[in-house]
Amino acid sequence: MKATLKSEWRKVTTTKLWWVLALVMFAYMAFLGAVLGFSFVQSPEQASASAGGGGGMSGLEAAQATYTIGASLGYVFPLIAGALAMTGEFRHQTITPSLLFQPKRSVLLGAKLLVNLAMGLLYGIVGTLGAIAGGAPLLGTIGEGLYLGNGEVLGNIFFSVIALAIWAVIGVGLGTFLPNQVAAIVVILAFTQFVEPILRVGLAAGGDAADIAALSDAAKFLPGAAAEALAGTSFYAASGLDLLARWAGALVLVGYAAGFALIGRFTTLRKDVT
Amino acid sequence: MQGSAIQISGLTKNFGGVRAVDTLSFSVEPGVVTGFLGPNGAGKTTTLRMLLGLVEADAGTATIGGHKYVDIERPASTVGAALEAASFHPGRTALDHLRVHAPLVGVSDKTCGEVLDHVGLGAAADRKVGGFSLGMRQRLGLATTLLGDPGVLVLDEPANGLDPEGIVWLRGFLRHLAHDEGRTVLVSSHVLGEVQATVDNVVVIAGGRLVHESPLEELVAMAASKVKVVTPDADGFVRLAQERGWEFETVSGGLTVMGASPAEVGAAAHAEHLEIHGLAGEGMGLEEVFLRLTDPRRGEEAA
Repeated sequence: MKATLKSEWRKVTTTKLWWVLALVMFAYMAFLGAVLGFSFVQSPEQASASAGGGGGMSGLEAAQATYTIGASLGYVFPLIAGALAMTGEFRHQTITPSLLFQPKRSVLLGAKLLVNLAMGLLYGIVGTLGAIAGGAPLLGTIGEGLYLGNGEVLGNIFFSVIALAIWAVIGVGLGTFLPNQVAAIVVILAFTQFVEPILRVGLAAGGDAADIAALSDAAKFLPGAAAEALAGTSFYAASGLDLLARWAGALVLVGYAAGFALIGRFTTLRKDVT
Repeated sequence: MQGSAIQISGLTKNFGGVRAVDTLSFSVEPGVVTGFLGPNGAGKTTTLRMLLGLVEADAGTATIGGHKYVDIERPASTVGAALEAASFHPGRTALDHLRVHAPLVGVSDKTCGEVLDHVGLGAAADRKVGGFSLGMRQRLGLATTLLGDPGVLVLDEPANGLDPEGIVWLRGFLRHLAHDEGRTVLVSSHVLGEVQATVDNVVVIAGGRLVHESPLEELVAMAASKVKVVTPDADGFVRLAQERGWEFETVSGGLTVMGASPAEVGAAAHAEHLEIHGLAGEGMGLEEVFLRLTDPRRGEEAA
């Protein structure tokens, strides 16, 4: 297993994808952090009102939402990175030499999941640092400071990083389940950018309107919602959508990762490699 | 470095309704280079992929030294394989390609560099594979197989894309690995001429079935027996060929006899007092023998 982990680690670090993605993620998170910080600074009441919260947002809530923007809007980066780690093997047919050197397919998949968990931590740290770098200078200009010494905020930041790391593992599972690279990327972009946001708002609103609790509850079990529950706060939550408890969010998110990986193991990785 | 024997027995694989490999059995011995020949689509690559655990056989077994590939501990240290489709990430350098796999055969970065030197890619070690020619990719594929210093080498179409100089180099290299170092070398090709000067034994398949397995010399012997006879007494010769059980074709000025040497035909004509104006052995090229062996109609005639 150790040799396979080393091999998988080298697969990731010997092409430039990982640092290009990390760089873009940092820049994008810094940009979003700055935009969010700016909107809070400009008109705190309006920002919270337009976000649907109704009540005024405190400086603490603004800091929490800004610093965890990665878990809310940046998770597509570790997700794509994880998916490409597997789909790339099929796209470039490197799956053949990979399986010649490690014919135990479960070991190969396991090593890929673990290495990408580590890479996910890196994306989580880089993305969260980006959000802080972009948002903190602006947040610092209002009221009560940066909250970077606040235990609750630090907890949010920590679990936001963990959530982003798990997204990378979900990516590997998804890439195994959908080894066609183009299909995987299309599904990821469509789901994260359109389907899940619409479902979350739609299910919650529809459930509330029709008074069907199950419908509103279902929205909480979507992976993005579970990740935000793990982070403990979010852009969406600040908009008034309910989240699961942190531990439940963690379980749901890990469940998605394990589920996709298992399905991939018993579909794609059970097939002949031709 | 004594290699292990490869044993294929009763190997069968269906893809959908098509039988790609049909109860195929043959063996490959160490110390010689064995050519695995057949036209495109004959089932060569499928057979090799079953041998290497990439494709699951429907029936039969394929073993190396008595073990299935997936059961071998550190398999790439026992068997080095380069398959036709074995591809590389275009953004990875040649050296990094080997470094990715090195941990699984327990070799150092230094060894990776040495193996690249060995196949003549030392100068290109830090270049990205995306810019490599087909010949360079073949060399890198070969380097990958040699990384774990295995006793058994399985190479699918290794001469594809090599320039003439590269083919000569490959020939010497493979013969050295087998003859001098005692390794087992199995080389597939769809062109007999490409490996004719390299291989000691041949295994020929067509339509997923074994059609011929022998040392190369036997295939060469099969090639030589075609004799052109120029004679005014064609009828007499037709009778002679029928009596002796030789295959023949009548051509202008005489006939062509298959399955006998010029000396045999001459002696028979002399004994029968048949008049001959010309007698010439026409070696049916090896390639022609190969084509006849792998002709899809051949199976129908037999059936």
